[in-house]
Parts: sequence; C-alpha cells; structure tokens
Amino acid sequence: MSATIYKHEFLARLKSVLIWSLSITGMILFYFSIFPAFADQAEVTNQLLAKFPPALLEAFGMNKMDLSSVMGFYSLVFLFVQLCLAIQAGNYGFGLVSIEENELTADFLMSKPVSRAHILTSKLLAALSSLLLTDLVIAAASFAAIALFRGSRSYEPSTLVLVLVSGIILQLFFLCVGLVISLLVKRVRSVTPYSLGLGFGTYVLAAFSGVFGDVKLEYLTPFKHLDPATIVKNAAYDTPLVLLNVAISLVSLAVSYWLYLRRDIPAVS
Amino acid sequence: MSIIEVNSLTKYYGKSPGIVDVSFAEEEGEIFGFIGPNGAGKSTTIRLLLSLIHPTSGSARVFGKDVTTHGPEIRRDIGYLPSEVFYYQGMKVIDLLKYSASFYERDCTQRMHELSKLMELELNRRISDLSYGNKKKVGIVQGLLHSPKLLLLDEPTAGLDPLMQRKFFDLVRAENARGVTVFFSSHILGEVQRLCTRVGIIREGRIVEISDIRSLQQNNYKKVNVTADGLNPATFDLPGVTNVQAEDGTLHFFFKGDINMVLQKLGSLQVVDVDIEEPTLEEIFMHYYE
Repeated sequence: MSATIYKHEFLARLKSVLIWSLSITGMILFYFSIFPAFADQAEVTNQLLAKFPPALLEAFGMNKMDLSSVMGFYSLVFLFVQLCLAIQAGNYGFGLVSIEENELTADFLMSKPVSRAHILTSKLLAALSSLLLTDLVIAAASFAAIALFRGSRSYEPSTLVLVLVSGIILQLFFLCVGLVISLLVKRVRSVTPYSLGLGFGTYVLAAFSGVFGDVKLEYLTPFKHLDPATIVKNAAYDTPLVLLNVAISLVSLAVSYWLYLRRDIPAVS
Repeated sequence: MSIIEVNSLTKYYGKSPGIVDVSFAEEEGEIFGFIGPNGAGKSTTIRLLLSLIHPTSGSARVFGKDVTTHGPEIRRDIGYLPSEVFYYQGMKVIDLLKYSASFYERDCTQRMHELSKLMELELNRRISDLSYGNKKKVGIVQGLLHSPKLLLLDEPTAGLDPLMQRKFFDLVRAENARGVTVFFSSHILGEVQRLCTRVGIIREGRIVEISDIRSLQQNNYKKVNVTADGLNPATFDLPGVTNVQAEDGTLHFFFKGDINMVLQKLGSLQVVDVDIEEPTLEEIFMHYYE
C-alpha cells in the first residue's frame, strides 16, 4: 500500500463522490417527503397497487413491501439507491486501472518504484474509501429522512442498518466485478457504457427473475442476493445468497490481482 | 558490473514479434545509443527493462537484478523519459512533480526547482494547458528529479525546439559526467553521434550490430567517390565494396576492409578526382537497413 497513490486516487475521485452522495441524498429526501401521504392513506395505496399488473409488482418486489410502514417504504426507495450505488461502484471498478491506461498515465505510475500489487491495493483502498464515504452520507440522509417524515410511526433502526450494510456488499460486488471485466477485455475505451451495462443489466435480470418465478436467475444478480424487500421482511439477510455474492466478489478480486500482476501495459499506438 | 544486461530477450505481442533474441550489455558510465526506425523494438526493449511489459523469453538485469522479480527496487534508481509524455490533465505542473517526487525516499525538492529553472518550466500552469514541448519538459524534470543512476531515454528530443534540445543534451552530458549511465534510443542519428559512446542498431526486432561509435565510423567503413575515365560499376568489383552507384562517370561506394586494395585499384586508373571520407552515421545506418 502506497500512501502517495492512495491520496492521489482518493482526491481524484472526491468530486464524483460529492456528486453521487448529494444526488442520492436528494433522491432519498424527495421520495420520503411523499411517505406521510402514502402511509396516511394506506387503504387507498393498497387498492391502487392491487390494480397494478402482478408481474410488475413482482418485478420490483413490491408485492413483498408494506408501503405504509417506514421500513417497507424505505425498501422501495432503497431499490433506486441500490441502482445508483451499483453504477457508481461499477464506474470506479471499470475505471480503476483502465483510465490510466487510456489516458496513458500508467507509464508514469509504473515506472515509479512501486510494485503492481501495491498499486492495485492502494487504488482499491482509495476506491473503497470513496464508496464508504458515499455510504456515510447516505446513512445520514436515510436516518434524517426517516426522522423528518415518519411522524408517529415506529421503525426498527437495526433493520435500517442491515439494509445500509447490504449497500456496501453490493458496492464491493460491482467494484470487483467491474475491475475484473476491465482487465479481461482488451481495452476499456470509456467507462460509463460498461458500468451502466453491468448495473442495468443485472437490475433487469433481477426484475425478470421475479416475473419468470421458477427461473433461477437470482443466483446471478446481486440485486436478488441483496433484495431490500426481503431483508426488511425477514429483518435478516438471505445468508446463502449473500455468501454467494461475497464469493463472486472475492473470486473477481483474486483474478484481478492475478491478471494485473501479469498484465502488459499497452503503449501509445 | 554491467548496469544493463540483456540476454536473448524476446517479446511477442500475440504472434507478432516485438523484439527477438536481443542481447547486449551496457557498462557503468556509458552513453549507449539504441538506433532503429519506428517499430523496430526500441520502446519494447525499454518497456521490458521497466517491467511495464513482461518478456516472452530471455531475461534482463539492471544493476545486477532481474527486472521481473526486482522491479520496484530497480526503478528507485531509474529515470525514464518516454517518447510521448502523458500526465494527469487536471493537475498543475508543480503538483505532478511533487507527486512524482513523493515516490522516492530522498528529498527531491531542490533538484526539482533547479531542473525546472534550467528547462524554463512554469510550475503553476495546468498540465492540460501545456503545449507538447512544454509537457516534454515536465517529462524531463520528473525523469531527473530523483537523481537516478540510470537514465532510460526513449526518443527524448521529439517535440523540443533546437535550443531546448541543446540544453537537454548538455543536461544529459552533465548527468553522465557525474557517473549516470544513459540508455538513449533514437531514430535520429545525428544526436546519437553527438552524444553516445557506443551504439546498438536494431532492425525488425533484432540487433543488427553493436559497436563502438568510433569504430563504426572510422575502422569499418569508408565512403569512396571516384571520377575517372572509362569507369563502370564493375571496375571496383572487390570484396568489401557495397552500395555501388554510378553517376556521370563518377562512382560512389562504401568500402570495408583493407583500404590498400582500393588504392591499388585507383593506381591502375586514370583518376580525375577522388575522395575517401568517413561516412556519416546516417549513411552507415541506411546501409544496415538495405
């Protein structure tokens, strides 16, 4: 681990962290501002939802949500938060090494007296810090939103923490999988299409796995591994699926190190 | 001890060869010129020495240590200037130089300012606002600020105006006088001729010749121009004669070998005019490339 690289990487991402954190904060506050209306008319809400096509409700996991309860509503909001976290973490994962190679600054960094393992570790820790900083802001925003709009309704803070922590596991997945894909393909010219593709792709897969019921797509997509509605309903993780998720992340991470240490840094062409 | 020691180093990019079976050694304090056209494998060799890429086979040692296993240790004492420089666009020059310096244990601040002043570098400008030549200057300063023992220069003068080129050469000579070993790759022969003590010529990934620059120029080749009556290209059909060109009763050719053979031949002719001169490195070089 090189403090120099860590600092450089962290500062380079600080602006992006601010933008993501503030956007997600805004989103949480905005959605929660309509919660009182929702909860007060739970009857109407549930009637309205009953008119939705069951497939759609299934796709968003809304058939498992009690939208008149604080955590039930939060699990709906967190679906969108998850998507943002996935794309942000995907961005950092895909860009971790590829941006330097595209902008050809990799030569500069790698001609310095640091080993590849140190470079990758420092970069990963910097990205992780950026993600955790985002999480802190989101956690604060979540507690604030709930405090502001829950009125007299009660909620279980420990369940909220459980949902928030699931966000970190999700980020690690997209960070590591993004990184390993960026090292497997020949060249990542632009990061965003990849991270959007991976984020939305797995998101849609999660939605479809609800629609098709018996098709076991849920093994593939982190949005099913860490479905907020299920976490809230059971006040616990689906342990096997979470372990599967963590295992995929760890394998991606190990393969990334293996590939990166053997990688030929492309020259100007 | 050789500073650079390369043994049958081979690098393939997929199926296309980068360099094949390259071997050479550079001793401490030398300025070694590495000449070849674009795509001959100069950069590949340098990138292998920095372990930016990994060899397909063969090995390379720098400061007596293997480059693949001791990369970070070796790079502590290497200064590298790539042919094209790219830096973090959003940074200021001074921040980039400080970032660069922070990788080394010794304090580089003083040297950094000396070099910046010498190269007339404006420290407070953004990298993205710099012209190509100015970026190159940043490259020179960041490559030298940690007082390396070995300089790897990959076509370093591209983009520098003649005045800066001269300053740069003076700088390299001064570093060399302090004992710094220099590995200088270039396709411009004039600059290699001015600077280097020994040269290696590389072509299509293979070393064609390694030679002392003097012996390359003096002992081996003579360039002969003869004007005489009744000349034809067959007149100088001697072993060692190459590149014969006839033009209006004048013959131009290169000769390698015992010069007396040519003199005897000349003695038997009715010579109008004759020159025997040192070929420029450029001409020797072209010769290798035919």
